Amino acid sequence: MGQVVLKGINKFYESVHAVKDVNLQIRDKEFVVFVGPSGCGKTTTLRMIAGLEAISSGDISIDGNVINALAPMDRDIAMVFQNYALYPHMSVYDNMAFGLKMRKFEKPEIDKRVREAADILGIGELLKRKPRQLSGGQRQRVALGRAIVRHPRVFLFDEPLSNLDAKLRVQMRVELKKLHLRLGTTAIYVTHDQVEAMTLGDRVVVMKDGVVQQVGEPLELYNQPANKFVAGFIGSPAMNFATVTVTEANGSLIAENSGLRIKLPDETAQRLRGHVGREVTLGVRPEDLTVADTADLDHPCFDAVIEVVEQLGSEILLDMKVGEGVMVASIEPTARVKVRDKLRVAMRPSRLHVFDAKTEAAI
Amino acid sequence: MAIAETQVYLPQAPRPRLRLLEDERWLAFVLLVPTLVLLGMFIAYPFVRGILLSVSSARVGVPGDFVGLANFYKIFNDGIFRTSAYNTFVYTGVTTVFKLALGLWLAMLLNRNFRGKAFTRAFILLPFIIPTVLSTFAWKWMFDPTFSVLNWLLYHLGLITSRINWLGDPDLAMISIIIVNIWRGVPFFAISLLAGLQTISPELNEAAAIDGAKPWQRFWHVTWPLLLPVTMVVVLFSVIQTFADFQIVYVMTGGGPANATHLFATYAYQIGIGTGILSEGAAIALAMFPILFLVVIIQLLYIRRVEVR
Repeated sequence: MGQVVLKGINKFYESVHAVKDVNLQIRDKEFVVFVGPSGCGKTTTLRMIAGLEAISSGDISIDGNVINALAPMDRDIAMVFQNYALYPHMSVYDNMAFGLKMRKFEKPEIDKRVREAADILGIGELLKRKPRQLSGGQRQRVALGRAIVRHPRVFLFDEPLSNLDAKLRVQMRVELKKLHLRLGTTAIYVTHDQVEAMTLGDRVVVMKDGVVQQVGEPLELYNQPANKFVAGFIGSPAMNFATVTVTEANGSLIAENSGLRIKLPDETAQRLRGHVGREVTLGVRPEDLTVADTADLDHPCFDAVIEVVEQLGSEILLDMKVGEGVMVASIEPTARVKVRDKLRVAMRPSRLHVFDAKTEAAI
Repeated sequence: MAIAETQVYLPQAPRPRLRLLEDERWLAFVLLVPTLVLLGMFIAYPFVRGILLSVSSARVGVPGDFVGLANFYKIFNDGIFRTSAYNTFVYTGVTTVFKLALGLWLAMLLNRNFRGKAFTRAFILLPFIIPTVLSTFAWKWMFDPTFSVLNWLLYHLGLITSRINWLGDPDLAMISIIIVNIWRGVPFFAISLLAGLQTISPELNEAAAIDGAKPWQRFWHVTWPLLLPVTMVVVLFSVIQTFADFQIVYVMTGGGPANATHLFATYAYQIGIGTGILSEGAAIALAMFPILFLVVIIQLLYIRRVEVR
């Protein structure tokens, strides 16, 4: 079992309110990812769960037992650190065995578990080596192994892949996912990389300035972001935003600013009835923009000038000037476009996001 | 002739002397010369001179003749020399153990986060910064038979009823100079070990805490092994310094009472300079050399082993 519940968690560093009233239920066997920009409180929250940081107020419980006052070692958790935190003077074997030795396991049991974990991670050959004789990826595996051998109720990961190069990171990401499916242990994972969050998490917790912005499955965050921050943070390239004023003309709603004037589709218009005459932020993802042809005539459209063309092979990213602002569109790789082309761009009507200009909450 | 008259304009070549310095071997030599001169003048020459003196019968004003190992034979049969040798070992051994223990303890405390950390760290260094002779004079007053503030304190705390003659009793005098040496040496240990502690990632201690290690186990299994190379260097320096210590004993007791607190250095000074028998003084001073040499070799070998691990 490994059900973790955070109830009204706060953390103050003297006058800084680093984590604000976090409430969260993490189910047994679930893989939950905390994601957000640096300084958002995600690592602090993880460290409070680990017991490495005191909780200013609130309760953390594992399987129904409040663990606020328990020392890290009594919480039945294992943690993988960003810099691996391998003991440099011990061999790989001793690194992995250390936790079991401290817990007074019998030698044969320690040996069995270490070799088992080494097999899973493919580091059986490295057991006699010292950490400094290993590559970054191998060290990361040893750090994972040290966590696995303990058979804890919860795994905590603090940006474990951020020190690896891009290629290795993708590879380890897949392995982590496999490992989680195999072991089925509850995992809490902290990262600032939204791709990692989307690919690894059963659920993702987006944080900013110590406040949880949204908790949900990856696609839920992507398709129904709760506010402008989540919308902009999740997805790459990031969502395009434009501040527009809502006006009414002939019974339909129009969104306009200096360079943009579009008729809002019915579904969006429904939500914006109460905002006529006010400013809102329009959001549309790059892949929901297309070069307009006759088929899209009833879609909301606007004019743009191409400033940069980024050929990625699988797609083309267009940096376009739209009125005063800039938007990015992701279009078919076969499209023939060049810099300074004038385009008519269409938006997929069902994929239009609208946020309150002041509170930034989704409307 | 025509060729010689032709003017050729080339980029101006550097002067020959500067060009010589472009060669790294010459540059290295030039850069090393000041150090070589200093080391030669103040270490190599006196050392060689010391050896020559120790095998002669030189006195102040008397050049003396070559006498072989006669001086060494004489001092090894000298009771005060043996006492000095014994004292030096006790003095070095006891103070090093205490300095290491107290220094490590202080370093661990200073490595924590607390208000006024920077101030405390600077404050800790005071005994190390004050000129030794000056602070030793202050200690001498504190141990003074008549005016001892320590006696006053102990008396008013009701711990003693009569004066303790700190520097008048051979054993107490030895204890007194040991105390002063520890007081003066702890900051060096504390600050050096603190620097060592700060190179150990706090994540290692956190990982060990999660792994189930109690504070003492974390120290023993993680901090201590990682601090060992630094510790060995600090101990090495300290042993060399303490073994050849002079100032504290010279100021506090002058080797007394009745030659009971002489160390190699103070006894060498007394015989060589005080009495004027330069040759014997040199022999006493040189008697330290093989021992120190051995200590340095052993510790350097050990440090290398630890670092290779």
